[in-house]
Formats: sequence, C-alpha cells, structure tokens
Amino acid sequence: MAEQSEAAAAAGGDPAPPVVDATGISKRFGATVALDGVDLRVEPGEVHALVGRNGAGKSTLVSILTGLEPADSGTVLFGGVPAPTLGDRDAWRRIVACVYQKSTIIPHLSVTENLFVNRQTEGHRLINWRGLRRRAGELLGDWDLDVDVRRPARDLTVEQRQMVEVARALSFGARFIILDEPTARLDAAAIARLFDRIRALRAQGVTFLYISHHLQEIFDLCERVTVYRDARHIVTAPIDGISHNELVAAMTGEQVAEASDPRPPAPPRAEPVLAVDDLTVGVSARGVSFDVAPGEIVGLAGAGGSGKFAVASVIVGLRRPDDGEVRVAGVVQRPGSVPRALAAGIGFVPQDRHREGLVPGLSVAENLTMTVPHRLGQHGLLSKRRQTRLARRTIEQLDIVTRHPAQQVVELSGGNQQKVVMGRALADQPRVLVLMAPTAGVDVKSKRTLMDAAAESASGGAGVLVVTDDLDDLRYCHRVVVMFRGEVVAEVRGTWDDETLVAAMEGVELSRD
Amino acid sequence: MRTDTLPPDVAPGRNGIGLAIARLRDLALIPPIIVILIVGYFVDHTFLTRSTLTDVLSNMSWIALLVLAESLILITGKMDLSLESTVGLAPGIAAWLTLPKGIEHGAHVLSPVWAIPIALAVGVVIGAINGFLIVALKINAFIVTLGMLITLRGLLTGISHGQTFFWPKPESQTYLGRVSWLGLPASVWVVIVAFAIGIAVLARTRAGRSLYAIGGNVDAARSAGIRTDRVVWLVLILGGLIAALAGIIESGHLASVTSNMGQGRIFDVFAAAVIGGISLNGGKGSVFGAFTGVLLLNLIFKVLTFAGVPNQWFDFLNGAVILAVLIGQRILSGRTDE
Repeated sequence: MAEQSEAAAAAGGDPAPPVVDATGISKRFGATVALDGVDLRVEPGEVHALVGRNGAGKSTLVSILTGLEPADSGTVLFGGVPAPTLGDRDAWRRIVACVYQKSTIIPHLSVTENLFVNRQTEGHRLINWRGLRRRAGELLGDWDLDVDVRRPARDLTVEQRQMVEVARALSFGARFIILDEPTARLDAAAIARLFDRIRALRAQGVTFLYISHHLQEIFDLCERVTVYRDARHIVTAPIDGISHNELVAAMTGEQVAEASDPRPPAPPRAEPVLAVDDLTVGVSARGVSFDVAPGEIVGLAGAGGSGKFAVASVIVGLRRPDDGEVRVAGVVQRPGSVPRALAAGIGFVPQDRHREGLVPGLSVAENLTMTVPHRLGQHGLLSKRRQTRLARRTIEQLDIVTRHPAQQVVELSGGNQQKVVMGRALADQPRVLVLMAPTAGVDVKSKRTLMDAAAESASGGAGVLVVTDDLDDLRYCHRVVVMFRGEVVAEVRGTWDDETLVAAMEGVELSRD
Repeated sequence: MRTDTLPPDVAPGRNGIGLAIARLRDLALIPPIIVILIVGYFVDHTFLTRSTLTDVLSNMSWIALLVLAESLILITGKMDLSLESTVGLAPGIAAWLTLPKGIEHGAHVLSPVWAIPIALAVGVVIGAINGFLIVALKINAFIVTLGMLITLRGLLTGISHGQTFFWPKPESQTYLGRVSWLGLPASVWVVIVAFAIGIAVLARTRAGRSLYAIGGNVDAARSAGIRTDRVVWLVLILGGLIAALAGIIESGHLASVTSNMGQGRIFDVFAAAVIGGISLNGGKGSVFGAFTGVLLLNLIFKVLTFAGVPNQWFDFLNGAVILAVLIGQRILSGRTDE
C-alpha cells in the first residue's frame, strides 16, 4: 500500500481511496462471536483474496459488506464514502455484488429476464421484450460473454450462470464484485476461463474480493491476501511477500501441543477389511484406490470439491460408481445398495445428519436401533423392552445427554444428535466404520467422545475410515489419504505436521525452505 | 464473437432447436385440440357448428375463470384449493343478503342491486384470509386452503339450509350469464377479456413477471427488490376475486345458486392448468397454455356427450381422461421437471 501511495504521489495526483475500507468490524450471533474487530482494505483494481478455515468469519463479513446484515460495531467505507443504510437495496447494488455458491438465478426464466429481474421496464409501461433482449445482448457483449439471451437460465452451465450474475452486478453500476468460492463446482478448464475473465474485467477497472479454500488459486490470481482465523484478522500481505507455508500457518494458527497421542496402537499387518479399487464417480472422483486394515483408522481428507464424500458415499452404497469396485474382507460389494453394505458389516455416519442420519419425529431409542431390527425381535416384530435396553447401553457408552431413551431425538443438542447417529453406526458392531464429517458442528467435548468411540471400535478390530477436513479428527488416524479435485494426491502415515496436510488438501506444494 | 469465449457445451444447432421447442410449448395443445375437433366431426357432423362450439365455450366459462385464478396462484408458487368453494359461496352470500325472507329464505338486509358487488367483495375477503394464513402466519398453502374449502362449503350449506337460492332479480343480475354480444354469450366475452388481460399482464408487465420470479426462486426475487409477501397476498386476493366473478357468471347462467355449486371441481381446475403447462412447483407456464388446457378437456367431454356416453359414467370418464392426458403428455414430452 505504501508503495502505491508513493507512486500516486509521484504521479502528482491524490491516491484513489480504497474500494472497501472496513475497520474494527465486530458481529455477534447470540453467544457466538462471528467477527472480532476485523479490518479489510481492498484497493482499486486489485483481486484481493480472503482466506480462512471454516468459522473464520468470512461469510459474516460478506453479509456485512453486501448490506445483508448490520455490523455490531466498526465502519465500512466504499470509495471513501460511508456505506448506505441497510434498507437502501438500490444503493447497495450500485456499489457491490456478491456471486454466492448458491445461485440467485431463476431457472425457468430467460437469461434476458434474469439480467433485468424487476426492472424489465420503467414504472408501469409494457415490457418491450425485443428491446430488452437487445440490451441483454449488448450487456453480455460488453463483457465478452457469449450466451444466448433467449435461453432459459436452467440450460446454462454453472460457469455461465456465474458470469450472468457478474454481468448483472456490473449492469447496476457495481465495480466491486465478491466471488464466494467460485471454483467449487467448476472443472479445471472452466476455472482457467474464469481466471481469464476476472483478469480481463480487472483490466477494465473492476475490483474483486476473492474467497476460496484453494490456496493455489490465490497465488495464481490475487495481488494481496487477507487471512482471518477464529473471527479475527491475522494478516494482510501482498501475495509475493508471503510463502505458502506462512499462509497455511496463518490459517491454522500455532500448533496446540496435544497432551497425548489419541490413537490406539497401530494394528499388525493384515488383509485389508476394506479395499477401494480404482473408483471413479462422475466428475467428483477419478481412479481412487486405498485400503483399510482391521483395527486401523484411516483418514480420507480433502477440501470442499475434493471428492472425498463421493468416494465415501460409494463405499456405503449411497451412490453408484461409474467404474471401480469396493471390497469388504475380500468380497466385491454390489454397488449402490445400502442394505447390502450394512449386511456386509459396514456401519456409517452420513455427511448430513439432518437429511440422512436421523428421523426427527422418532425417539432416541428408535433412532439408535433403526439399523438393527434383527436384534430387537423375530419375524418382523419389535420388542420395546429390548429396544430400550439396547439404546440405554449406547446412551451410556457414548455419554448421550437425554432424559430418557423415549425422548424425541430433535430435542437433543447438535452434539448429542450426532452421537445418536454414531451410535446407530456402531449398533451392529461393524467390521468397517465409515464416518463422514463425524464432528461437524459439534463442541470440543462431544468431538472427543465421538472420536474416542471410533478409536474404541478400531481397538475391537474394525477398520475405520474418517472422511473429513478437520485436523483434530485426523489426529486419530494411523494414516491419512489426501484427495484434491477428485484424485488422491498424497498419503501420510505415522507422524506428520498439520501444515503438510493442509497444504496437500489445498493443492499447494510446500517449498522446503 | 471471439472463439475463446464460446462455452464448450453450447452447440449452436441444439441451441436453436431448444429455443424453438421452448416457444412452441405454449402451443403444444393446439394439435390435440384440432384432432379432437376432427374426431368430434366424425362422431356427429353437427359437432363442428357454431352453436355447439359456442355452447362448449359458454359452459366452460366459469371453470375457465377458475383455471385462470389457479394458474396465477400456481405460477407464484402457492396453491388455492378453496376456489371451488368461493365460486359458490360468493354468489350464495350475495343472494342470501339480498333475497326476501320467507319462502326464499334470504336475510334481505340489502337491495338486490348490491348482489354483484357483494359477491365480488366476498371473493376479496376470502383471498385476503387465505393470504393472511399463508403469508403472515406462514402455514402451508395446501392445508390452509383445504381447510378453507371445507369451511366455506359448510358456510354456504349453513346459510342456504342445503337448498337452492334463486339468483336475485332484477334481470340485470342474470344479465352476464344470459345475454349475447355480437353473437357470443357475455360469459364467453368475459373469459376472453379476462384471459387477454392475464396474458398481457403476465407477459408484458413488471408486476406480471414478478409472479414468475417469486415462483421460480423466491430468494432471488426478494434480493431483486420484489416485495414477495405483498405480491403473493395480492395474487391470492385476485384469485378470490376471479373465483367470485366465475360464481356470478355461473349463477346468472343458471339463475340460481345451489349449495353444491363448484363442489369437487378443483381437481378439474388443477388438471386443466397442469395439462396446459403450469408447473405445480411454481414459476413456470403461461395463461394461454392454461386456456388451451381447459379448452381441450371440455372439448373431449363434449365429444363424449355427442357419442352418447351415459351420464352415470361421466365422473369415471372425467378422471380417466385427465389421467390419460397427463400420462400421454409425460410420455410424449419426456419432461421430468414436473
């Protein structure tokens, strides 16, 4: 920044004020501090990266910068002018726009109409569709976008939808665009085109705030980077002045020394209980192979879009692979069948406990014993007594806080709900335990309980696969297989440092300096 | 056009054809309508006469208005089952308030000239209550309007003691249901005008397009500055108003209001709208398509009548024909988005 000011001073003019100058922004949601006095300064014509792990406060900052949420304290200046009032949507739209991961396109309407939603015409006059289409064509042409404006928006690719959203933002006069994880659903070629587009727009004076989990993209595209961690501003630096290692360190923070290794002793060499062979799942995963031995805890790690959940879904029968096979104790599994997977001895915690993990209207006991009706009675009859007894055992084992096994599962806290899902996975003493993001959104103490239960299951001889990007969970693993954009890129075993793992997940090479 | 900006998945040929099909979807029911007309001609040579076709249009006029009302609501992403009760209750209350006491069991608190304004007002009030429950209290539209359907029907049965009201004199009240202008019944003109306005407003005004935006992606509509709650509320009120108008026309036609007027017809209304291309998920379809839907179904029934199908089989055929059309459409179009 200093150089820029000097350069501007040398040129004899006042330096242009920053496009965004946010200082001391704080925001709380109930007891949670989402932002704690953070700053952000984005200079005109730069692509500025904002990075941080989940929960760092990036989304909250975007909400504040786009006028969707008020900050509790702090000031936001756009081009040196205070931000508009929250209700003045038109004013906000003229300043800033955000392209979210979730599309704001209306699928059945044409591209033209999506560009001009609610401003198809002045006041109450009739819409002139021909004229509107011409304007839409011109608008897209101005930014070199070749999309047929008459097509319904649902026909567009993700890439085209993003660009239509960008063009719409620019048409309001905004010259500051926030891109929130724009590459999460794009393939490599589309990402390259997106970057070309961003550089072209930057050359025309558009400023970007670029949010991404993929650090390599940031090194390729951005001029400066700001790192948030745990709701606080850690550093802002020119991208040339920061190494990969420093960036990763800024994101992960200082190493908290673990009191002890939480892992059960590594098992002796044995035939794998789970083997994944050359698995290909749509565009999500290509040629993935690894195995898990009895008693072993293996991590399957990767950032969003790495394809780790796609692979896990295939293992448990939720998805059908395009190619490759899954073997349990040497037996090839029939693809795409959860009942077969359960029968083969696979227990699993699904990724989304609200959608796939729990039946909200049923009791804790019913949820816990859902996968094991054969242990509750014969000939399709269920014994309430056995159900309660079985449930009590799991409740005790996993330390589930519930008034009674008959309590409705929705009345439990998030962490305890997740324990119920875990209990369900463990109910039939599985040979293979697949845990997808098992500790997402649960508190530290429940986290431990959940992972200790997994470790105990491994001590009992089960092969455990932990599918996550959570570094704390990965500490329980004997081995971690890392995926990036659908492929296995690394495998670490024994001891490792978190930086190596994070770097592999984010797709960057750590320089050995 | 710079070649490097051409997205890889857009083959120009496919593009053009896709567009042509999209535009033709509005006209998708025209060929079947022509086929039915030809079939009707071979069943009975008097089918293709002015008087027969006028008869079809006139008989379907009130149900066509209900289809228009339902289409607007469906496009906005909601639904209103209670329209079938509104169509009877609106003229029913009007008759009750204006008919003399005694033999015609009216309350006679108002002069008969108020009958039509009262009926329309009842439609507005019902729409407003639906809007309050759906928009303000955020109760699911299906269950709210199912409750309203039963409640309103019960209210009509209550005030009419389950009997028939005679639509109040003077003649001006039955005028709309009986008079002809330029050789077409007034009721047909009302339908034509109402649909013409509907087509123009939905295709060519910002307010009309906002219904599609809300039904297609309510968050996107809100972030574009559309007052989504207010629009939904207004559409529900408009739906009640149009249903009341349908009731006025039909009771003028029959010169009476029976306590079961419209009962059980909401299925026909939904079927006509869906066959006409309106999506139950909102945001999709056109008023013109909905009109062709209701026209096709009514032509089919006229052909069945001409073919001498006995009355007691009509309900069966009604349901079966609708199901057959839906299945045929699904197979022929190969669409999966319904």
